Amino acid sequence: MINIVYRLKSPKFFEEAIDEVELDGVIVRPTHLSICQADQRYYQGSRPAEVLDEKLPMALIHEAIGEVVFDGEGNFEAGDKVVMIPNTPFKDDGYLPNYSYNSKFRGSGFDGFTSDLVNLDSDRVIKIPDDFNLNVSAFIELISVAYQGINKFKQIAVTSKDALGVWGDGNLGFITSLLLKEIFPESKVIVFGKHRENLNLFSFADEIYRIHDVRDIEIDHAFECVGSSASQSAIEQIIDIINPQGTINLFGVSEYPVPINTRMVLEKGLTIQGNSRSDREDFIGVVEILKQNPQLFEYLEKLITDVCEINSLNDLKESFDKDYVSKFGKTILKWNI
Amino acid sequence: MIFAAILAGGIGSRMGGTDTPKQFLTLGDKPVIVHTIEKFVINSNIDQIIVLTPKNFINHTNHLIEKYIPDYRDVVVIEGGQTRNDTILNSINYIKENHGIDDESIIITHDSVRPFLTHRIIEDNIRAAKRYGACDTVIPATDTIVESINGTTIESIPVRDYYYQGQTPQSFNIKKLFNLINSLTEEESNILTDACKIFTLKDEDVYLVEGEVTNIKITYPYDLKLANTILEDIHD
Repeated sequence: MINIVYRLKSPKFFEEAIDEVELDGVIVRPTHLSICQADQRYYQGSRPAEVLDEKLPMALIHEAIGEVVFDGEGNFEAGDKVVMIPNTPFKDDGYLPNYSYNSKFRGSGFDGFTSDLVNLDSDRVIKIPDDFNLNVSAFIELISVAYQGINKFKQIAVTSKDALGVWGDGNLGFITSLLLKEIFPESKVIVFGKHRENLNLFSFADEIYRIHDVRDIEIDHAFECVGSSASQSAIEQIIDIINPQGTINLFGVSEYPVPINTRMVLEKGLTIQGNSRSDREDFIGVVEILKQNPQLFEYLEKLITDVCEINSLNDLKESFDKDYVSKFGKTILKWNI
Repeated sequence: MIFAAILAGGIGSRMGGTDTPKQFLTLGDKPVIVHTIEKFVINSNIDQIIVLTPKNFINHTNHLIEKYIPDYRDVVVIEGGQTRNDTILNSINYIKENHGIDDESIIITHDSVRPFLTHRIIEDNIRAAKRYGACDTVIPATDTIVESINGTTIESIPVRDYYYQGQTPQSFNIKKLFNLINSLTEEESNILTDACKIFTLKDEDVYLVEGEVTNIKITYPYDLKLANTILEDIHD
């Protein structure tokens, strides 16, 4: 079937394109999308030129929910609200599908969700309840990244989990702190950030510190949600105050190589674990947590800074421009094209 | 109920160079009409799809549907009429005989040679036809419109902001459409080639649904060549 896809042709320039999809699998109409920093880096042209040359034109956005239009296999009903999994594994090679070289990720190498319809394999679609907050559900993918990271942390953490430190007062820092509080209610969740106005939103956290005002604090494990050039100072501070044999869980993306004080990593016997993306089990886990704890929607809704109605490519462009100016929060796109 | 009428009655006199109507020519690896039908097949809101073709293409169309969309239900192929309105009337008569017409039922009429329409456009048509009784899919005119009566000199240049290019689908409350078509005099019938025009002539509102620039009509050999080039591009 012919499908219309809205691709980023070059930085700040979207265009309509025609694609063809098969009628097998599940066909979903995207309804609510959410802009991620990774999308913004393509849109602004801040990825290296050779990466842009290789990947564009490409439809952006890998955080989205939609409604099932058609499912030839009958697993879903038309009208079912679903979250779409952007990662598509092509071979089981023993790795988690989101780390496998044999997986493709939408919005990074192949088309993201800005299209009239999306065709997905049945296991790449997870039903969500009708009463879920749809604007928040648009970024379940981002929540699932934190969720997988926390699960991997559980597997490697051998020391006490009394004090869990989260670095970063942005979207991922907020979500990770919130999930940690939910999953480890007995632990103290301590947030380290730079922006007072952002930190004020972390009312659920046990303690909040500004990064230049950290004294006599100990943590057992750390979650770095900073990214970019600030990663270095965050990791430095973590290594300084973390207890021996702690784990450092990295989430922040940096375009630059980050130097790490390995002498202290060795001396304290620390474990560093990288996290990126997520897979089916994590989406299921997040949907379940949200079902069991609907109050989380209230917290997560605070992250939404703008909900934009997208009726044209110009609207899409404006929403990216607005999102870029806003330094905190999520921009949600109501997809009407 | 919601019906879709795929209008494939035309013999493609403008296509030139080929005896096959343009809707049966190949776009990518399937005939144009199959691409178009697929868009309606996946829409669960639609109860039945009626494809209207020239009489000598009914069997051929049935074979194509069996070949390319075999699992699908509720597609019927019937004969179109001499004119566009005759073809629409044939679909309404079919609905009348097989389902009856109630006050709520709507029909989405679509050119078989517009395979690039989107799911969103169909959904917007359904909503608008249900709510307002009639709608037309349009995009804002991009070229300046020039009016010339004699074909030699310009009569006027209207303000472009008020002008749109008509696409399809056009969707209607069936009962309303049926009554209006039947109320036309023979003279009116001859000049009213567009179903929406019937509504406007009878002072009935027709609401606008936003189309897409990609929703092109394959009319000339150039269009098909262009469409094929775009599709080939993605297969590279």
